[in-house]
Amino acid sequence: MVHITIDGITLEATEGKTIIETAFENGIQIPHFCWHPELSISGNCRMCLVEVGFPKKLSDGNLERNSDGDLVINYFPKLQIACATFVSEGMHVRLNSPKVIEAQEAVMEFLLINHPLDCPICDEAGQCKLQEYAFLHSKGESRFIEMKNHKDKRVPWGPNVLFDAERCISCSRCIRFAKEIAKQDVLTFVQRGDHVTIELFEGTKFDNPYSMNVIDICPVGALTSPDFRFKSRVWDMSFNDSICPGCGRGCNIKIGVRNNEILRLEPRTNLFVNKYWMCDWGRLTQYTFVNKNRITEPMIKNNDQLKIVDWKEAIEFTVQRLRQYKPNEIMFIASPKATNEDNFILKKFANEIINTNNIDFLKHIDESFEDDLLRVKSKTPNERGCEIIFKDIQSLKAIELAENIQNGKIKVVYAMEEDFADYPMILESMKNLEFLVVHTYNNNEISLLANVIFPASTYAEAEGTYVNINGRVQHFTPALVTRENFRFMGMKMSRLDKFGADNDRWTYHEQRNCKQSWKILQMLARALSFDWNYRNSSEIFSLIAGEFSEFKSMTYELLDKFDGIIVGKADSPESVKYKYESHYMKPN
Amino acid sequence: MNRRKNSEAERLNFWEKLYIPEIAKGLGLTFSYMFRPKFTRQYPEERFEPTGSYRGRPVLVLEEDGERCVACGLCSRVCPALAIEVQAAETEKEKERYPEKFEINMLRCIFCGFCEEVCPEEAIVMSKDYDLVFETKKDAIYGKDKLLVPIAELQDRLEFLRQYK
Repeated sequence: MVHITIDGITLEATEGKTIIETAFENGIQIPHFCWHPELSISGNCRMCLVEVGFPKKLSDGNLERNSDGDLVINYFPKLQIACATFVSEGMHVRLNSPKVIEAQEAVMEFLLINHPLDCPICDEAGQCKLQEYAFLHSKGESRFIEMKNHKDKRVPWGPNVLFDAERCISCSRCIRFAKEIAKQDVLTFVQRGDHVTIELFEGTKFDNPYSMNVIDICPVGALTSPDFRFKSRVWDMSFNDSICPGCGRGCNIKIGVRNNEILRLEPRTNLFVNKYWMCDWGRLTQYTFVNKNRITEPMIKNNDQLKIVDWKEAIEFTVQRLRQYKPNEIMFIASPKATNEDNFILKKFANEIINTNNIDFLKHIDESFEDDLLRVKSKTPNERGCEIIFKDIQSLKAIELAENIQNGKIKVVYAMEEDFADYPMILESMKNLEFLVVHTYNNNEISLLANVIFPASTYAEAEGTYVNINGRVQHFTPALVTRENFRFMGMKMSRLDKFGADNDRWTYHEQRNCKQSWKILQMLARALSFDWNYRNSSEIFSLIAGEFSEFKSMTYELLDKFDGIIVGKADSPESVKYKYESHYMKPN
Repeated sequence: MNRRKNSEAERLNFWEKLYIPEIAKGLGLTFSYMFRPKFTRQYPEERFEPTGSYRGRPVLVLEEDGERCVACGLCSRVCPALAIEVQAAETEKEKERYPEKFEINMLRCIFCGFCEEVCPEEAIVMSKDYDLVFETKKDAIYGKDKLLVPIAELQDRLEFLRQYK
């Protein structure tokens, strides 16, 4: 432990750390472009120049003090970069001295010489570090009257990344990311001086499964996503915290929403789970099923014809049909795609109301998906949660469902948020069912077979918890407005959604009539004259916390505070460290 | 006792109390105006031609090779009445971006001119067009078809902006 003083504040710092790390851990911002806590130190942007010095020592070994009794500091004549200067005992750092400010302004002026300033066109505008610093640390004027350098624009690096060489400020974050995190060392600087640009090695492509993270860490708009390009300005979107449902890792994400439509997903820092990254597959695929091909109203099948009905009619129809069967003829299929709350209520519904033990869930495993950074083979977000909730259930197995339907044991299936896409045998056998109820997000094969379809909320519309593959319980809240949660979304909606009126065309978004699965089950329970009256997800979570030792004394507040808690460890959660936010002025 | 004259009737003198001379005076003024030169404009036969400083309905500048607008969305952001909606898309042109959709809800527009002031491309300007008629709420939403105006018709305003902006 050493002591360093930054702008008069004495801090305890760990030896071997740099000034910028120590500052960020203590909540002090130092302007920088190229430094990133997960990447190696490059020290090429020169934005983090600070004044560093040590107290003056007298010949007798004592520290010299001035007439006010303050230490006399000998500052180095030249500025040091905070990202590559290691802390040492007694170090004094000045972040705001005239010398430092002059250097920052010079660096900004220098960077802006060849920067095209096409902010109106650039997707990064509104969350751009260069833009932020142009306001905070620059004179706001250019003395450069010569022609700017022109370089290549719209260079495809790989399938998911476009490069604009003019906007690049050569911070090398993407080069280091490719080499150190994605382990695909294909990027390099070429040329020198103001002609410097980044190129791929000949015959290579930047196409690793994590390539799109360079778009997030790029401090300017040099790297853009062809998937998102120009869909929306950042300030028109709302960014709501959520969990990626693509695999068992449970990467923390932000959902960018405008007009009640998800426009993009991006990683959110959680040092215990995904750090600063997420995979391209998750980012590109895990919102389409929310936006498109949705089931938006309850439906029942009459004479082989699906028709849209209101909730009351659908519930009554279901209850009436369920009453015709014996409890052991009904099989409940829970889902590792659904939240713990939904699965718990389904179990409660099966055990206490239908009086059957026939409840199980299906795993979705894809060995080829796994890699050693984030992706895991379990392709559902809540497999661990299901394992915990259904651990002592003596049930018919879900994987034997096809046989049980064929031999007539099971006549009714109640499938919650399960699409059986990986189980074609079961799908085939379901044609022989007498009655099939599904909660589903999309029109798919199972919805074609169903007698009753309840539109279920996806992860983006629900509140709940997932347990990731390492047993971390993580809480998430809705990002999209449904007719059910409209009143609670309030300030979480994007600007345009919040203030739109009925004569504005931009508020003609789809407000779906879907509900969280536990609410649908509660409606059924009430129709079967059980007095269930749970008001929100957190009430159900407290029931779970009471019943399972794994979730003991967990609450949503605790989960939010500690970035999720490992199962069974609610009493001793890992403490949350300072979270580095690269583009910190980004709207929320 | 020094009582003050407080009621209307007490303050008036005899001739004023009669009212008739006052009526004649008033009518006299009216009649005198009938014979003075008239200021009334016979709209719509006679139209008012505003100068460049006039803030009529906002329009998009159309140049020979298409619109100037790059769909940056600043007008939409600054609009205090939330009248503007912009949806950008990509083109092959040098300016990579163009407005796929640009709509101004003229029921919301308050003609403040902030959109013009904030525009980095001088692509949206206030025109001289002031007589806006629509019969339904839907008609009041002007799309690109109505908003794009050839640059030649906007010279006055562009000149004014160059001088004073």
